[in-house]
Amino acid sequence: MAAERTSKRTRLLKAAPALTLLLFLGPVGAGLLGAVLPAFGYLPALGGDSLSLEPWRQMADYPGLWGAVGMSLWSGLAAAAISVALTIGFCAACQGTRLFAAMGRVFAPLLAVPHAAFAIGLAFLLAPSGWLLRTLSPWATGSTLPPDIALSPDPYGLNLILALVIKETPFLFLMTMGALAQVPADRTLAIARTLGYSRASAWFKTVLPLIYRQIRLPIFAVVAFSVSVVDVAILLTGSTTPTLSLLIIRWANDPDLGFQFLAAAGSCLQLGVALAAIGLWILGERVIARVGLRWTAGGGRSGGRFFARSATAAVFGLASVGIVSLVGMAIWSFAARWRWPDALPSRWSLDNWTRHAGGAWEPALTTLIVGLAAAAIALVLVLACLEAEDRSGRRPGVRALWLLYTPLIVPQVAFLFGAQVLLLSVGLTGTWGALIWAHLLFVLPYLFLSLAEPFRKLDPRYQRTALCLGVSPARVFWRIKLPMLTRAVLIALAVGFAVSVGEYLPTIFAGGGRLTTLTTEAVAQAGGGDRRLIGVYAVLQATLPLAGFILASQLPGWIFRNRRGMREGL
Amino acid sequence: MAEPLILDDVGLSVAGRALFTPLTLTVAPAETVTLMGPSGSGKSTLLSHLCGTLPPAFTAHGRSHLGTRALDGLAPEARRVGILFQDDLLFPHLSVGQNLAFGLPAGLDKADRARRVEEALIDAQLEGFGARDPATLSGGQRARVACLRTLMADPQALLLDEPFSKLDAALRDQFRRFVFDHARARRLPVLLVTHDPNDAEATGGRVIELRPPNQT
Repeated sequence: MAAERTSKRTRLLKAAPALTLLLFLGPVGAGLLGAVLPAFGYLPALGGDSLSLEPWRQMADYPGLWGAVGMSLWSGLAAAAISVALTIGFCAACQGTRLFAAMGRVFAPLLAVPHAAFAIGLAFLLAPSGWLLRTLSPWATGSTLPPDIALSPDPYGLNLILALVIKETPFLFLMTMGALAQVPADRTLAIARTLGYSRASAWFKTVLPLIYRQIRLPIFAVVAFSVSVVDVAILLTGSTTPTLSLLIIRWANDPDLGFQFLAAAGSCLQLGVALAAIGLWILGERVIARVGLRWTAGGGRSGGRFFARSATAAVFGLASVGIVSLVGMAIWSFAARWRWPDALPSRWSLDNWTRHAGGAWEPALTTLIVGLAAAAIALVLVLACLEAEDRSGRRPGVRALWLLYTPLIVPQVAFLFGAQVLLLSVGLTGTWGALIWAHLLFVLPYLFLSLAEPFRKLDPRYQRTALCLGVSPARVFWRIKLPMLTRAVLIALAVGFAVSVGEYLPTIFAGGGRLTTLTTEAVAQAGGGDRRLIGVYAVLQATLPLAGFILASQLPGWIFRNRRGMREGL
Repeated sequence: MAEPLILDDVGLSVAGRALFTPLTLTVAPAETVTLMGPSGSGKSTLLSHLCGTLPPAFTAHGRSHLGTRALDGLAPEARRVGILFQDDLLFPHLSVGQNLAFGLPAGLDKADRARRVEEALIDAQLEGFGARDPATLSGGQRARVACLRTLMADPQALLLDEPFSKLDAALRDQFRRFVFDHARARRLPVLLVTHDPNDAEATGGRVIELRPPNQT
């Protein structure tokens, strides 16, 4: 009986990777199908029962479509290129130094803060009546009234690009840090430097080629995300120069249901745009590789130094802008009176918080429940996959990694629209299950990325020792591996929770307006212009994931306060 | 009942290439056989194979037995083969006492477990150290705990994968005597892998050189 149960459990564990892939690739596929069919006129619920190219024709005729496509490509590729350049420039200047490790500790919590919170803070900072001009006025600008220029139209999408760079650079930096830990980066750098190459030159010529392959998928994810981002675009793009993703949202929300076909065609186009952007990126990679190879072989010892130093300065500038944005937002939430051009409020109060706490309570609770549930489910699946991998001794290849990245590379707009059509048809929109599952799609890959390396790096001899003591693999997992991985597990949970808190589009689509989170509320309020109210929501939205990170980084130290061997590294 | 560890034509290969000339060997109860050979000759991998944790990149052939019990195909936890590595590998999240208790078989009552742990602590000259963090012990103390933890599981054979190499000379001698005395007292067949001729000498037993297959 017991043996039967054990073997059933083992079978379940073996099936875990396949089950996990099905659970989160199935919906992506189904969602894409749900967008492709209506894009060609097939959506029986709305009277479309024959295939046609009409939606595409309508979309092509829609005023401003090509401008929006151009805007998406430009802003996305520029943001990705700048983020990558800053990341590698900073690494070239600082890898192996104390500053490098310190930046890792600064960036990890910044990564936890949702995109929308940054975008809102940035809007506060850069708006004509924002904090930046307040501190400069009237002594530098000479004006006592806010200038009569608007944040929009911003015809080149510079605000959008800035916000994306602030958010994506920490992500790429942390991914690069992980990649560096897997190659003999320090030794390689040391050898090149003893051959007379400057630090930056040595890094670009010897370390970058070692790690680029490993950070390529995260870069693709950044490219795809940046060309299709929705919440940041809503907050920072002018209404006259929308991105494609904004047009799709506009169509999907149009009271005229005929626009649903247009939205579906737009979703397909968005997928095409993301793939095209990745294609352009790959083209760029080839060119740079060819030029770079010639540069590497040329023997120059000092090139790249200026680039690395500028990138380092820019990274510090960006981190400061990011932090100042968040602080500015927090100040607004406590401001009673803050007249232009005062640099700080002249009266402070808790009124905003007491007044809006009632309204914020429900979305905050939803955020917490959905985030914890999605992270917990994802953790169970990821641990099952990793344990199954460990017991079978088979490491998944590059292809499996691509599968994992699918929900990060296929634009959210593209498959969530279709997924919503499916959810509506089975009547699940607006349920807890639908919302948690929609978040799970994005929580799972990040949680996997966070946990896989520490799990695989755990010295296998601990496990061998335990097994040779006659202990079953299941018991080894619960008693040895899991406790030894406490820190990694908690950090992974915090990552998953932070991803969930930040999700905008999945919440809009799966929540169906019935379930709202702090992020959807913050974005919705941002349209209203009441900075105190927006401040409250944005601060709450930023605080939850930060609290998760602080808890995850402090808790293991407390649990294992009497175990010196558990303090570092594990 | 002590029984011999029997290797019958046991060989290992990786990617179709044999690591060493297949080995046929009987290690009698209370006997220690030393395996030596150059790095990469497959000594440690052979021990992994015997305790059932051979990495999947390797394939093994031949048969191994403990007395009449065939080991091949058994899960590591069912083999009752203990192993000690170069590092003591005490579980860092458990106390010294919990580490020792982890080796005890399930089904003992609480008082019995506590008594056996206490005895082991005395045996390791660590009386009263049960609640201590293993990270606060000296290298020699940790090594003794690791050895006793292995013996707590009541293994029928002991595999030693260079367990003395990280200790300094004086400690090494002491710990060697500790391990071999315990193994002999329990009449365990012992297979020792080492690079150090002194280790081999200290066992006073046979030394077998693992050779690449083309050198025979």
